[in-house]
Amino acid sequence: MADETPKAEELIQIDHRPPAKQWMDVPVNIRKGMYCYASNPKSVEYLGLPNARPWNPIEEDWKLPENWQQILHEGFKERLEKFRSIKVFMDICVRCGACADKCHFFIGTGDPKNMPVLRAELLRSVYRNDFTLMGKLLGRYAGARPMTIDVLKEWWYYLFQCTECRRCSVFCPYGIDTAEITMFGRELLNLLGLNIDWIATPVANCYRTGNHLGIQPHAFKDMIDFFCDDIEEITGIRVEPNFNQKNADILFITPSGDVFADPGTYTAMGYLLLFHFLKEKYGLNVTWSTYASEGGNFGSFTSHETMKRLNAKMYLEAKRLKPKWILGGECGHMWRVITQYMDTMNGPADFMEAPVNPITGTRFENAKSTKMVHIAEFLADLIKHGKLDLDPSRNDNKIVTFHDSCNPARGMGMLDEPRYVIKSVANHFFEMPANTIREQTFCCGSGSGLNAGENMEERMAGALPRSNAVKYVHEKHGVNMLACVCAIDRAALPAAMDYWVPGVDVTGMTELVANALIMPGEQERTTDLRGEPLPGMEEADE
Amino acid sequence: MNKFYMSSLLAIFALALIAWVGAPALPWLFGIVLPYLAVAVFVVGFVRRVMGWSRSAVPFAIPTTGGQQRSLPWIKQAKFDNPSSKTGVFVRMALEILTFRSLFRNTRMKMNEGNRLSYHLEIFLWLGALAFHYAFLVTLLRHMRFFLEPVPGAIQMLEAVDGFFRLEILYDSVQFGLPGVYMSGLVLLAAAAYLFLRRLFIANMRYISLPSDYFPLLLIMGIAFTGILMRYFTKVDIAAIKQLAMGLVTFQPSIPAAISPVFYIHLFFVSVLLAYFPFSKLMHLGGIFLSPTRNMLANTREVRHVNPWNYPVKVHTYEAYENEFREKMVEAGLPVDKMPESAPEEMTEEEKE
Ligand code: HEM
Ligand code: SF4
Ligand code: SF4
Repeated sequence: MADETPKAEELIQIDHRPPAKQWMDVPVNIRKGMYCYASNPKSVEYLGLPNARPWNPIEEDWKLPENWQQILHEGFKERLEKFRSIKVFMDICVRCGACADKCHFFIGTGDPKNMPVLRAELLRSVYRNDFTLMGKLLGRYAGARPMTIDVLKEWWYYLFQCTECRRCSVFCPYGIDTAEITMFGRELLNLLGLNIDWIATPVANCYRTGNHLGIQPHAFKDMIDFFCDDIEEITGIRVEPNFNQKNADILFITPSGDVFADPGTYTAMGYLLLFHFLKEKYGLNVTWSTYASEGGNFGSFTSHETMKRLNAKMYLEAKRLKPKWILGGECGHMWRVITQYMDTMNGPADFMEAPVNPITGTRFENAKSTKMVHIAEFLADLIKHGKLDLDPSRNDNKIVTFHDSCNPARGMGMLDEPRYVIKSVANHFFEMPANTIREQTFCCGSGSGLNAGENMEERMAGALPRSNAVKYVHEKHGVNMLACVCAIDRAALPAAMDYWVPGVDVTGMTELVANALIMPGEQERTTDLRGEPLPGMEEADE
Repeated sequence: MNKFYMSSLLAIFALALIAWVGAPALPWLFGIVLPYLAVAVFVVGFVRRVMGWSRSAVPFAIPTTGGQQRSLPWIKQAKFDNPSSKTGVFVRMALEILTFRSLFRNTRMKMNEGNRLSYHLEIFLWLGALAFHYAFLVTLLRHMRFFLEPVPGAIQMLEAVDGFFRLEILYDSVQFGLPGVYMSGLVLLAAAAYLFLRRLFIANMRYISLPSDYFPLLLIMGIAFTGILMRYFTKVDIAAIKQLAMGLVTFQPSIPAAISPVFYIHLFFVSVLLAYFPFSKLMHLGGIFLSPTRNMLANTREVRHVNPWNYPVKVHTYEAYENEFREKMVEAGLPVDKMPESAPEEMTEEEKE
């Protein structure tokens, strides 16, 4: 796959001009490198979702149920009643085009159907045909078209070229959120068993073992023990994390991706160091869970119901373990789910206490009902109150910029907390250009379950706007470290950096914190968590 | 050649022709029946649409957060872009509706030398849209003079202001012998023309535009054009028109003699616009108030939002999980709820919550 991906110089030759034909007359071309493999029937079956069977997107026959059109029509109709968002968004778009060049996939591919407005029109055209008077009377002149197998394929192709990042929604005069439309569209596709495997299998894994990667409890503990060994080597301190412990002060839940692959693992080590520090200094007792060992929720890329089924574990585990409240790690879509869905779906969490930081006494008023606090909020509060012993100079060889992940930015608004934390632990920090950060941040290009290997071209195209902005600060300020608060970013951005901006590494926020954190009784550190020499220690490193 | 805008253009000409030919023969149809019908369709259609939206549930609180959340007391919240209070939402909505705030953010992406992407403020869409809507509103309000007797002071004042600027700027050069030129009509025509040409000449705009995008613009341009025609170029009997208008609103309709055919075209266009309105994208007028990404509170972790159709789902319980992995957990030293019995116990894959 990777070797078939076009070179950066080729991929950047983007033509943003549309074809001469009207878009309904341009047939979909499902192109290698731009799509993810079809869901494994075993995973679909394990979850009890419809139409589990082997199928291949580039084959003619998608092995759909006989009455697939009816299933879609009924599904559409039902959801129009269930989601006002969809109904309103179907009706009121004026095609002003403000959203058009806001999507990283349009910028990176030039494919006009990646303009959010057209992505939505793919569905809207069928909506008009099936549900509106004008569509029925005027057909194509009202922008209506009937559902056909080609339309379905077009839906599938382009709904999996949207990372549900909501950037378009910020610019739309009516707040039309194409991410919401994509979520709805994917939910419909799942009625026919048209998921991608990079989503379906993690979901099945998560359902069974508690995390996307399918790590079983004993292996999960083993992996974390590994980090403890590494930490001991670097700091001379043996950290002893708790697992599945009842009545701890705090239950900690974070995406499993960080337990599994670099550079996320360094963030996981950061958590371990932080919790050890807080235990030694303040007696704070944090527990991990192997049952709720996943913060992320690929169910949210499948359907609302699947999202709820996976998310349920957080509160179920909290109910069982009885912590005072839950602390959540660095993740993007996990926080979209926690912020805008969890409490509604699986709450009320009245069996926990409204979160208070026992060390500073701060009440997290904004998390009063969900009882779940973001680690950036927690860290910012600790640092503000001077509760962490920090030596930011240990990060002096890192020239840092911060990538706002889509979901914490546009589904939560957590913008200044991570910046405060990072600036407190790193002396060299530069922002990317204003139109590419905060609520206008660009997606990593691999969100919403698209960070597979087979769609590398799609991912690199989608990562272009983000990478281009990194390149700008890389060239201007020598930025060599891209910080983020998202596990998918940590999995996806290293590839994007290698491809577009070689020389920039990716780090989590907590990794930077842990580098700077002075542990009680630590040996003199010569390396950071990655085993790379600290500034001024280059000699000592043998 | 794009058959989408051509078809809209042809439709407009056809409508004009219908009124031109039809009105002299059937003035009561064009002057009384159709306007009444159009208003009825508009009101009923509009209300039904809005009711239809309101009937749909709002299962989740999904505001698009456009700024810093309310979190720690020392972090400055973006009170309007990420509103956690009703006042904040009110201001956010007011800014959207009155100033098109989101559209004001608009940027244009550009690929520069050296493959560097840049994003520039693109203000013309915002400007054109704002001009268009305000001009429309002012024109609409100004027309109340035909329907109200006596003409309220507020409307007279509006007319004075609307006419005032033009009077100052153009009075000497454009000598029609008129008391003044109303800005709103001209701005409406110009703004609509700009919005139309934008669709024609920007390639991607042309690509996404449907006949239902060209048609309302052309129709409104037609309304404005016939209006301007009447006011400045052809002589129309204002008194007669007011008589007709007053007849309509007092439900004592009558057709005064000597009404120019241009007026009937104007009126017919307006009738068509009204009747078309509820079935078209023009309903964004009502929809924006109901858009969940804008009108919801962003205090979603602080206050629980209730989903009216929330239903229980199948979950993989801890018991089922421990049953599957108990031996391994014990071996790894992980705490378990139930110690393994000597006899291996059967595994439950799934259990309902
Ligand atoms: C909602 C829709 C309407 C729009 C957008 C519209 C637009 C316009 C415009 C742009 C003008 C000329 C500009 C100006 O006076 O500066 C005008 C003039 C005129 N309109 Fe309308 N109009 C609408 C509804 C109506 C209705 C319902 C009537 C009928 C009673 C009407 C009767 C007239 C007349 C008689 C003039 C000439 C006024 C004059 O000489 O001062 N219009 N209209
Ligand atoms: S910005 Fe909104 S109204 Fe404009 S085209 Fe996009 S979705 Fe439609
Ligand atoms: S949500 Fe993001 S990826 Fe999807 S259409 Fe909008 S901008 Fe593009």
